[in-house]
Amino acid sequence: MHIDWGSLGVVFVIALVSVVVVTSLFSFGVVGLSQRDAAREAGGSGGGQLAGSVLCFAACAAIIGYGIYLIVA
Amino acid sequence: MDFSLIVLVVIVAALAFDFTNGFHDTANAMATSIATGALKPRVAVAVSAVLNLVGAFLSVEVAKTISGGIVDDTKVTPVIIFAGLVGAIVWNLVTWLIGLPSSSSHALFGGLIGATWIASGSDAVHFGKVVEKVLIPALASPIVAGIVATLGTFLVYRITARAKQDTVGRSFKAGQIASASLVSLAHGTNDAQKTMGVITLTLIASGSLAPNSGPPLWVILTAGTAIALGTYLGGWRIIQTMGKKLTEIQTPQGFAAETSAAAVILTSAHLGFALSTTHVCSGGIIGSGLGRKLAEVRWGVAGKMVLAWALTLPAAAVVGAVAAEVSTLGTWGTVLVGLAGVVVALGIFLASKRNPVNAETITEPEPGVQPVNA
Repeated sequence: MHIDWGSLGVVFVIALVSVVVVTSLFSFGVVGLSQRDAAREAGGSGGGQLAGSVLCFAACAAIIGYGIYLIVA
Repeated sequence: MDFSLIVLVVIVAALAFDFTNGFHDTANAMATSIATGALKPRVAVAVSAVLNLVGAFLSVEVAKTISGGIVDDTKVTPVIIFAGLVGAIVWNLVTWLIGLPSSSSHALFGGLIGATWIASGSDAVHFGKVVEKVLIPALASPIVAGIVATLGTFLVYRITARAKQDTVGRSFKAGQIASASLVSLAHGTNDAQKTMGVITLTLIASGSLAPNSGPPLWVILTAGTAIALGTYLGGWRIIQTMGKKLTEIQTPQGFAAETSAAAVILTSAHLGFALSTTHVCSGGIIGSGLGRKLAEVRWGVAGKMVLAWALTLPAAAVVGAVAAEVSTLGTWGTVLVGLAGVVVALGIFLASKRNPVNAETITEPEPGVQPVNA
């Protein structure tokens, strides 16, 4: 019997890192959206905040896309 | 291709298992989205069904996933596979009736192990492989998903603490739709493959297919359709347990739980661990309960669930073993087991009618008395 603790550790580390990165990016994107709303209410355009949000969400989508690529390939 | 009758019976049983697998596991992907209101119940199960079907076409890691060296391929006959499937289906239906999210994969492995053991002897079962490929991932995966989801949930609440809460709620609803869809897709690539593997192995064993060949298109199509159909009908009882009874879920938690589950499933699949999507998703939900300040995890419900996990493999094995004992007595034995399976399924279906849980009642407040008496 051979238990592959190394691979198990790899699963843990990769899952942990990818979740920390994805959830953080998404949360920062949400914070950006919220700041944009606040900026607009104050009379500004909020364009910078929106761009930042879009960047965060796009990075999330890219990581998820890579995940799907890994199953298909 | 022409099949003998027993091969046809195995194919029907495999598709029936696939169907129960679908409605048993809808909860994995969609329970939290339905609980938080991110998706309407009917829409959620429809999206999940389509993605399960898509997922069924994505992967080619088939026969390996199911046999995985757990039982000795050369000593397995169609009758044994049939008995194993009956064991898996019966256990899946029983746990559905009492609303427990047990693992369909473990039910399948358990049924096959029990049936093979009785029919071909204990040395036809590779117990070392069972520990390595089934037990260790079963213990480790929910813990890993739980820890990851705890951290993810903590981060989400920490980062968005000062943001406008209506924006937060709205955004995470959208995020949840994406993360839940990813879990459904991952489920299709994993669980639909298991049934395809069973059918393909049976076809190879009976000489209808050349050894080492992949599943024919009609196998992929029927297996994908069976799991999608089961998913669409929705295992509302299990959705209720996972979405409401474990812990109260908010959209950011649902997002973190689903993202964690998808990450663990995809990484493991890539590295060749056969794990249960059910275990991973439950671990993720409990973790998201722990990660939010003051959220209460109902450890009583969680404990019952873990008990069902521990019981799944042996219980399905016992049913599979009994089915194998009778099935191998002759054609009449196989017919008897088939009939018994149908009767049990009908009985459970009728019992479920006494206390229906469906798309209309799922989001209503809970009635005072719950039918969980496992």
